Amino acid sequence: MALLEVTNLDVRFALRQGEVRALRDISFSLDRGERLGIVGESGAGKSVAAFTILNLIAKPGYIAGGSIRFDGQELTTLKPKALQKIRGNKISMIFQDPMMTLNPVLSIGEQMVECLKAHRRISTRDARNIALNKLRQVYIPSPEKRLDQYPHELSGGMRQRIIIAIALLLDPDIIIADEPTTALDVTIQAEIMTLLLELCEKHNVALVLITHDLGVVSQVTQRTLVMYAGRVIEQGPTREIINDAQHPYTQGLINALPQMATPGQRLNQIPGAMPSLANTPPGCAFHPRCSFSMDDEGNPRRDCRGLVPGFVTSGNCHVACHMVRDLVERDPHDSGPSKASQGVS
Amino acid sequence: MTTTTPPVPSHWARFRDSYLLYSFKRDLVAQTCLLVFVSMVAAAFLAPWLAPMNPYDLAQIDILSSELPPFWIAGSDPSYLLGTDAQGRDLLSTILYGARVSLIIGFGAVILQALIGISFGLLAGYLGGRVDAFLMRLADIQLSFSTLMVAIIVGAVFKATFGGETFSEYAVVLLVLIIGLAEWPQYARTVRASVLAERSKEYVDAARVMGFRAKRIMFRHILPNTLSPIFVISTVQVANAIISEAALSFLGLGMPETQPSLGSLIKSGFDYIQSGSWWITLIPGTVLVVLVLVINLLGDWLRDVMNPRLYKG
Amino acid sequence: MSQAVTQVTETAVPERAASTLLEIRGLEKRFPLSGDFLDQLRFERGKLVRRQDYVHAINGVDIDVRRGEALCVVGESGCGKSTVARMVMGLLSPSRGEIHYDGQRIDNLSPRQLLPFRRRMQMIFQNPYASLNPRMTIQQTLEEPLRFHHPDWSRERIRQQVTEVMGSVGIDPDWGKRFGHEFSGGQRQRIAIARALVVDPEFIVADEPISALDVSIQAQVLNLMMDAQRERHLTYLFITHDLAVVEHFGTRVVVMYLGRVCEIAETRQLFAAPQHPYTQALLSAIPRLEDDRPDHIRLSGEVPTPVNLPSGCVFHGRCPHANERCRQEIPELIASSGGTRVACHAVEEGRITA
Repeated sequence: MALLEVTNLDVRFALRQGEVRALRDISFSLDRGERLGIVGESGAGKSVAAFTILNLIAKPGYIAGGSIRFDGQELTTLKPKALQKIRGNKISMIFQDPMMTLNPVLSIGEQMVECLKAHRRISTRDARNIALNKLRQVYIPSPEKRLDQYPHELSGGMRQRIIIAIALLLDPDIIIADEPTTALDVTIQAEIMTLLLELCEKHNVALVLITHDLGVVSQVTQRTLVMYAGRVIEQGPTREIINDAQHPYTQGLINALPQMATPGQRLNQIPGAMPSLANTPPGCAFHPRCSFSMDDEGNPRRDCRGLVPGFVTSGNCHVACHMVRDLVERDPHDSGPSKASQGVS
Repeated sequence: MTTTTPPVPSHWARFRDSYLLYSFKRDLVAQTCLLVFVSMVAAAFLAPWLAPMNPYDLAQIDILSSELPPFWIAGSDPSYLLGTDAQGRDLLSTILYGARVSLIIGFGAVILQALIGISFGLLAGYLGGRVDAFLMRLADIQLSFSTLMVAIIVGAVFKATFGGETFSEYAVVLLVLIIGLAEWPQYARTVRASVLAERSKEYVDAARVMGFRAKRIMFRHILPNTLSPIFVISTVQVANAIISEAALSFLGLGMPETQPSLGSLIKSGFDYIQSGSWWITLIPGTVLVVLVLVINLLGDWLRDVMNPRLYKG
Repeated sequence: MSQAVTQVTETAVPERAASTLLEIRGLEKRFPLSGDFLDQLRFERGKLVRRQDYVHAINGVDIDVRRGEALCVVGESGCGKSTVARMVMGLLSPSRGEIHYDGQRIDNLSPRQLLPFRRRMQMIFQNPYASLNPRMTIQQTLEEPLRFHHPDWSRERIRQQVTEVMGSVGIDPDWGKRFGHEFSGGQRQRIAIARALVVDPEFIVADEPISALDVSIQAQVLNLMMDAQRERHLTYLFITHDLAVVEHFGTRVVVMYLGRVCEIAETRQLFAAPQHPYTQALLSAIPRLEDDRPDHIRLSGEVPTPVNLPSGCVFHGRCPHANERCRQEIPELIASSGGTRVACHAVEEGRITA
């Protein structure tokens, strides 16, 4: 049984302009010790997905349907108190901005001890020792000194290490990291990512990494989920998605990277922009930007415009695209529609 | 993606879809306050047409019908709805005229405050350095004297120098000047704070890179973006100015009794509370309280709506 | 940019070559850290002393920008790359050093004297959400610079120019009556680029113009900037932290660390054979699609604060190759192999092989 099982999750925001569907029919699972990447551009709903797992979704947002099962336990219907026991304890979270998690008026030690004592019956001295131990695990130099320092006295990279130490404090089963290195410099980002990866492997912790950076996903995760306009459009093993993406959007995203083009030449851009969640086009949300939503005669495909594509299995990937479905149906033995990937560039 | 461009909304459509209108429609307090405020302002400025008599016209005043009670008390005269004051003036008419004077002074003083405060705030915030230090210290000094103290001194000096007659003649102008000059630092500080916030934004850098002159950047680019806090503070300031005026008049340094404001009305009736004619003080007092209260409530609502931290756009 | 020209300028005396558009010499910028006079007073050993702390943002930078190139300045936050850009545009004044544009010194000019240069050099900013005046329509935003710089132009001519530029950056001229906040980040950045292009400049400073945008939008904006360069013969000074963008976009690259230049090189040369240890670390840290695991040069320690600059080479505290000389002596930019110029004792002495 999977450690975390999300099925048909539906999240909506009741706004004054009307109801906005932030997540539509999201399903995925996470095994113990597995590292999953959730990729998408801003507004794709990847952060909402992360918040929803912990039921941290705040009003006017609410879960309109679906289920989240953690270790066999349904989280969507759980009482706040019971949820509190899982949150931070079994599942912990790392945010983009470390200052969001750290309380500026408490020292690092106080915050870590407080966190431990909230979940365990433990003496302050023991808690301090555990905290010290965790700080050592994240390679913080002179950890004894850091315990008495305040967040503002530390650099951004150091703060993010402390956040990771706090996330590990209660030996969680899952760490959800929402753009953990976006605010950091490349060299620091590399260090933090290496650290996160090593710790997850060492302690067999599952990781949900939310990011817009395909390079980071490629380096850290085993499986990847690509989101667009509130839906998952493709999921599968990271290597397969990076090397041989099936969905035209994923292909476009990868091909738009500067390293995929000849220096000095134009980049392979996807036209247009992602629609706002309040105003997603009918059918496949990507169809207005998709070069495959035209049929061979150059007319717009009716199914792309009118029908939300279901998932088809292609190789080890699940893809929600009418074009990929056609290719798979036409040639069921061909595990990957390489014709499609050729067509993009 | 030009195919899906919706038509450009008109000003009316923008207003119709705005958050301002949306929150107004859902806020009963704001609606009631606006209704009360608008009707009070309208009644005050239409006083010459609405009021049963003209309290400035001595010919209409009958000293024999002084201290008549309002209509719900025995002994009242149906032609004086809210009774009469000690001089025999119809209280309803006097309140309408008095509210007009109060509002004129209130708005006048706030316009003066805003002119001085916004200019100083813009200069201090945008130019910074010594100009900033000088203007803000000036504001500090100004704030360390209370409005009333300044007003009392200026009023007393003026009265002593030019005599009560001249004072009465220029009372409105003088009160506008005193209250206006005393409270400009409120504006200056608010404006300076928002100018500092706006100045660090990139659109201001973009304007500087274009080579626009400081005056243009200040008034054309920064000022329009500091209007929200100016609106909010203006409501509070109008209420404050009206109260200051009432307080001054109550102390005898404001409007003379021949052309009373709400404050001087309250004062004129104060002596008669003991003798049982409470309405001369209490009714104008209630009007003053309601007026100030609705303005402050509107200000609160406006602050909630325009708070950029709560609502972006 | 032909190879021959490159070789000449690299080895020639630092006199202005014919192709140099912008010349930065010995630029320094420090920001006072302590506030006004009263804040500076301190008690030290029983005595009242006045102490002024400074953030040393830029510490002696020499950069040449050649006509027609896209010079990228890269570095991590706090390295001073944005400060250089702002000083070039006259938004900040240098504490020391000179900036020459097309042969004329511009850092000491009055706003009025600077006016003719404003038309020739323009800037694109990082945050498309803050760089458009929220109270002005797109049409007003684009027309205002033209009205200001060309008071003699007719209304018709101004409108024509605005429409032309809007077309060339891919924004619908019908959007003119709308406000900035009605658009997405990518569209706003197009509008901001249009504002810079509308006065027909020859030189554009772009300060992280795509960092705030999504991946698919980044590609659009980068394409737009490259198209504009080709069509209008623009020269770019492109500030960024994204090395992948540099590799694609830049003609030459300047790597900065803590207010100093570590390395200046042709883009291809820099990516093929980075010489400065910091450049090497930086390049190894880019997450690449083909990687299965992070694989980067691990630097020890943290970036020092620019308040108390380290002695010698600013990088010595984190450098795996640092020795006593690095701790004492500030390295100069020295021409190295492949036309690269590097400020590193280890490279000069041959302790590191690229």
